[in-house]
Amino acid sequence: MLINPNEILETIRMVRMEHLDIRTVTMGISLRDCCHPDIEVLNENIYEKITFRAKELVRTTNEIQSLYGIPIINRRISVTPIAIVAESCKTPDFVSVAKTMDEAAKESGVDFIGGFSALVHKGTTSGDLKLINSIPEALAGTEKVCSSVNVATTRAGINMDAVGMMGNIIKRTAELTADRDGIGCAKLVVFANAPEDNPFMAGAFHGIGEPEFVINVGVSGPGVVNAAIRELENPDLTEISETIKKTAFKITRMGEMVGREVSRRLGVEFGILDLSLAPTPAIGDSVAAILEAMGLERCGTHGTTAALALLNDAVKKGGAMASSCVGGLSGAFIPVSEDAGMIEAVKVGALTLEKLEAMTSVCSVGLDMIAVPGDTPASTLSAIIADEMAIGVINRKTTAVRIIPAPGKVVGDSVEFGGLLGSAPIMPVSNFSSEVFVKRGGRIPAPIQSLTN
Amino acid sequence: MTSSRFIITVIGSDRVGIVARVTTVMASFNVNIVDISQTIMQGIFTMIMLAEAPQENFDLAAFQKSMDTEGKSLGVEIKVQHEDAFRFMHRI
Repeated sequence: MLINPNEILETIRMVRMEHLDIRTVTMGISLRDCCHPDIEVLNENIYEKITFRAKELVRTTNEIQSLYGIPIINRRISVTPIAIVAESCKTPDFVSVAKTMDEAAKESGVDFIGGFSALVHKGTTSGDLKLINSIPEALAGTEKVCSSVNVATTRAGINMDAVGMMGNIIKRTAELTADRDGIGCAKLVVFANAPEDNPFMAGAFHGIGEPEFVINVGVSGPGVVNAAIRELENPDLTEISETIKKTAFKITRMGEMVGREVSRRLGVEFGILDLSLAPTPAIGDSVAAILEAMGLERCGTHGTTAALALLNDAVKKGGAMASSCVGGLSGAFIPVSEDAGMIEAVKVGALTLEKLEAMTSVCSVGLDMIAVPGDTPASTLSAIIADEMAIGVINRKTTAVRIIPAPGKVVGDSVEFGGLLGSAPIMPVSNFSSEVFVKRGGRIPAPIQSLTN
Repeated sequence: MTSSRFIITVIGSDRVGIVARVTTVMASFNVNIVDISQTIMQGIFTMIMLAEAPQENFDLAAFQKSMDTEGKSLGVEIKVQHEDAFRFMHRI
């Protein structure tokens, strides 16, 4: 046969049994030409630009999904950080812009729209401040809008004033969405070294170095990697690494093919392929299950950081070989609520916040989709963010915090968000205060780039 | 997308007439078989066809729907996917 039947069946098995999918096709749209001092004009410009450019996105991705038989789970839009776009508006807040984004996303039929964002790693402008203060109301009053704030970079250090602010913003966001377990916080992420071309939510925005329009694709496939490792007979870790690499290669090729075809049909430049292993609540489609397949009794026990480092590196190596346009976050995500194996590991006491923090030093993103008690002080949330930012800044990598102080919930409870966001057991935080440290404010300077130990 | 060739996979329990009925649907859409292979793997009937669709006036969605309906009445799962989905993944 012209194509090897085994290869055909392997692909089919990956999709049918192992949850291989294209997690998202995200269209980046620059809103820089929408700026106007009158916020109503700005909102009109934004609505028109988004709905005009994205009107074919859903139909085209549906066609490609059936052409190749590969599911495309989400269609998303990312836009220029709104703090920049709305900066010249004189209104006290930018909530109406979030509502406009929400309406444009609904009209376009996409699942999420990201970019209600500000980049404040060195300091805040008046537009940044207005945006940050608008976040709680913006997320409570919209369905599809995602927000992110970059508070640290390796070159600028950590803006501790912004870190301090974000603790309060997260608390307020949870309070305003208390009727839904604080779901607003699931759409808000605090970054160090945020990438400008990330297609994944909640952190996607269209960076200022990006073209007018761009198509970025995020592939998924923890289930495929998990199955591939479990098929090996008593492998050593070198063999496991090799298998992950090969599997990542195949997954990435699929994403590349889909991305290029979407971009060709829409006449929009292909930006990057993000080959992150993004788990879903489906059984087996789990990063924790991969780590356990390597021989750990439970994700979170001693050895987990090493196993995750192996996984993350092998994924990058396989992916980089498969596509010349790898970007975004690219690695393994460890969102607790979205990963059945992680949830289980927390429930049985194998995985703690402290271990998760250690794991984030070797993998993509960071403390992701973690639910903590509703009475956690804002300063403790800020301190958790500060720790995570420090890991990113010192290690020259992207880290992030997406944390939900679930209103009225205590350790032992859990929160239920549904869909891809899943459910999360409430994890305990330290009872000792970080308040004085957080209140000091100022900036943690950029780290030295030599004498690396 | 570089061609109008598709991989058609038929997976399910074996019974008389699967090939005949599937190829009849294909013929009605003017879809030509380029290559075909068939095995029984762990008791499951597996047929893989490389098929070429007409360059013009070919309605993929309608073809997929007809094949799906035929598959359901035969008790097998039929998938029609562009060949690139397999080439891209396994070949450089």
